[in-house]
Amino acid sequence: MDTNNGSDTKPGSLTRQNDHLLHRLYDLQQQFHHIPQQSIINLATELKLPISQIEGVVDFYSFFHRSPRGRYDILFSNCTSCGDLAMMQQLCEKLNVSPGNTRADGSVSIDATSCIGMCDQGPALLVNGRTITQLSAQRLEMIASHVEAATPLDQWPAEWFRVQDNVRKNGLLLGTAFDTGSALSAAINMEPEALLAEITKSGLRGRGGAGFGTGMKWKFCREAKGDAHYVICNADEGEPGTFKDRILLTSHAHAVFEGMTLCGYVIGAQKGYLYLRAEYRYLLPELYAVLSRRQQAGLLGAGILGQTGFDFDIDIIVGAGAYICGEESSLIESMEQKRGIPRVRPPFPVTSGFLGQPTVVNNVETLAAAAQIAIHGSEWFNTQGSDKSDGTKILSVSGDCTTPGIYEYPFGVSIQKILDDCGAENVQAIQVGGPSGTLIGPDEFERKLGFEDLATGGSFMIFGAERDLLAVISNFAHFFAHESCGFCTPCRVGTSLLKNGLDKIVSGHGTRYDMDEMYRMATLVKRRSHCGLGQTAANPVLDALQRFPKLFEERLLHSEYAPHFDLDASLEEARRITHRDDAEAHLS
Amino acid sequence: MSEPTNKTITIDGREIPFEEGQTIMDAALAADIYIPHLCHRPGLSPHGSCKLCTVEVNGRSASACTLPASSGQEISNNTDALNEVRKTITQMLFVEGNHFCPSCEKTGNCTLQAVAYHLDMLDGHFPQFYPRREVDASHPGIMLDRDRCILCELCVRASREVDGKDVFAITGRGTDARLIVNSESGKLVDTNITTDDLAAHICPVGAILIKEEGYEVPIGRRTFDLHMVGEPGLEPVILRKGQHSDEH
Repeated sequence: MDTNNGSDTKPGSLTRQNDHLLHRLYDLQQQFHHIPQQSIINLATELKLPISQIEGVVDFYSFFHRSPRGRYDILFSNCTSCGDLAMMQQLCEKLNVSPGNTRADGSVSIDATSCIGMCDQGPALLVNGRTITQLSAQRLEMIASHVEAATPLDQWPAEWFRVQDNVRKNGLLLGTAFDTGSALSAAINMEPEALLAEITKSGLRGRGGAGFGTGMKWKFCREAKGDAHYVICNADEGEPGTFKDRILLTSHAHAVFEGMTLCGYVIGAQKGYLYLRAEYRYLLPELYAVLSRRQQAGLLGAGILGQTGFDFDIDIIVGAGAYICGEESSLIESMEQKRGIPRVRPPFPVTSGFLGQPTVVNNVETLAAAAQIAIHGSEWFNTQGSDKSDGTKILSVSGDCTTPGIYEYPFGVSIQKILDDCGAENVQAIQVGGPSGTLIGPDEFERKLGFEDLATGGSFMIFGAERDLLAVISNFAHFFAHESCGFCTPCRVGTSLLKNGLDKIVSGHGTRYDMDEMYRMATLVKRRSHCGLGQTAANPVLDALQRFPKLFEERLLHSEYAPHFDLDASLEEARRITHRDDAEAHLS
Repeated sequence: MSEPTNKTITIDGREIPFEEGQTIMDAALAADIYIPHLCHRPGLSPHGSCKLCTVEVNGRSASACTLPASSGQEISNNTDALNEVRKTITQMLFVEGNHFCPSCEKTGNCTLQAVAYHLDMLDGHFPQFYPRREVDASHPGIMLDRDRCILCELCVRASREVDGKDVFAITGRGTDARLIVNSESGKLVDTNITTDDLAAHICPVGAILIKEEGYEVPIGRRTFDLHMVGEPGLEPVILRKGQHSDEH
């Protein structure tokens, strides 16, 4: 199925959380192209929140701004799979604006943003939050003219906004038809305990990458005491190279919502939330439509399928550009209208989550799988997969191959098999599980996907022989420095030091000393950071140092030490002030 | 041999008791064991952000100030390896801000500086970030110099939890994270903070200072001239900066 995000329809569903701080700020950003200070003050009074809390939220999320962006605010993905920053430069030149800035007439601003989940159909960008895929030189040319002519977005060619599913290989989840409501019908014919037992027996583990047992999570939450219980579907897939939740939400939304409802049935929750990443905002109208169809069919709301006491509703909260909010406790903080800072654990969300109440946070794919398991039983699921990893995994395959897209495999599939299927040849390296995962080279392509070998949340980025792999590692280091929430010292400072160290080596100024320093810092960041982001942020650097040391060594200066400090570069400001750029105004 | 019913943890081979609900830090402080820390202060909710109190619990890295103590924990604290990690983290805190100890009014009374000496830190090691941060001198009695802020949020919590106000907060993300003031203008003068507030005194560095009392204590009699940072029961002494017991 294709979706088209060219339409500007405002979702008019009763379930919309109009008063949520993130949604209010989004409206202000749309209206004023930034969030004016006076609006923050007014909002603080209206929502009874501290001014500093609202300011904190505005400054935390990438898609809110304190100074005006252009009437066309264009964000190019800087992902190695769906980004093309050379194209960003070209558009900047065509429109006479510099990256990160707004043109003096206020018409346009252009900047880079973290992966927007279009890795199978890039290069891609967001314009005023809406996705344009498959960029080409010609398309850039036309975008420039539309911006100059101030053509309303609705009148831009609709096909630009088309997002395709690109499912290349169906498996258990994607290939099995799902009759809306059938999982719930199956569920009400058994007690919640029996359904929980079935989910546990299936061996289903969290599909976001960490792999916590789904049955166990539901059981802990069910047993936890609280005034209310909550189900949260984590649709904040921000790992560069991941886009499988996009397909599930586009073409399998009923299964996802039904999985949430089942979870509510098991844990005794009456409320569920889908936390959707802002980059997928274009999915909202259809998601709301699915929700209201489910309401009309008696699959949501009070007395689901006529069962007295089985009440469950779902709302959608849309993020605003922060990778860290994919971490479950940050996501909960974000839902509570705060900066997305990971909480101290314990307590875990299953006992103290949203609003301090027992909460299950599950990945989109986990919930869709749970719905299918409720219908077909645990054996249907766990007869596929490997020893410690039951069932299948949906992969987002991108990078240097002939057919990027969605592939579903039973766990235990070898890397080589995936490469053969997607038409990848002369492969230099694979980033399994995205930047926070594992970087492997050809001598490890017989390794297998699964929690016992190569765990993955689904990102599968392929780098061919022609790629500058060190530039890729550097890209990842920049990504983590940009996405670090800033809470703990090791990650906040360490990811910046790693980024700067890589920049130094990439630019040909590094020495053996810098490599040793990178290793020392990467180890510290990995071991001592507060949350999963920090603990994985150094993986690309550590993996590359271990598996591809030549990448670094080839760039090193043949000296023991070179300073970070560049004397000539530091004279730039003086040159600018004195209007000089002649040879004598430079050192060497 | 202790009774099996006794609740104890072991820190660097020393068995110490703990009570239900205590963190490793709480138990350590009660037993006069020093675990370096900057963002922790007894009486305020634990934070776990500075990571100076990083210890190893049964081989796994953890923050002593946030991890609940539980029976049988084998904890490494005062080891060369961990002190090296802590020294590096302290250097990271120094280079990301603008810390010029010789001219800073807090020198000698600064916990960051004292921790650095304690860990044998002799230089910042890493290239300086040289961030541009705003100074807020609007308040008649209190100075806010963000150059020295280490984002420990002690002032945020002190204001909220002890003073019953909500004067400070953190905004931004990553290295752009910074301390802000909860008022329409964003200035300290427009808040209800007073020089009696704990938040005005709790800063472990020289980011929040009381005006008109700088450099009052001569070198040789400042807090950390007279005390080691790891001394038991030092918290009240640190807060009394400028009014030493031997002077009154």
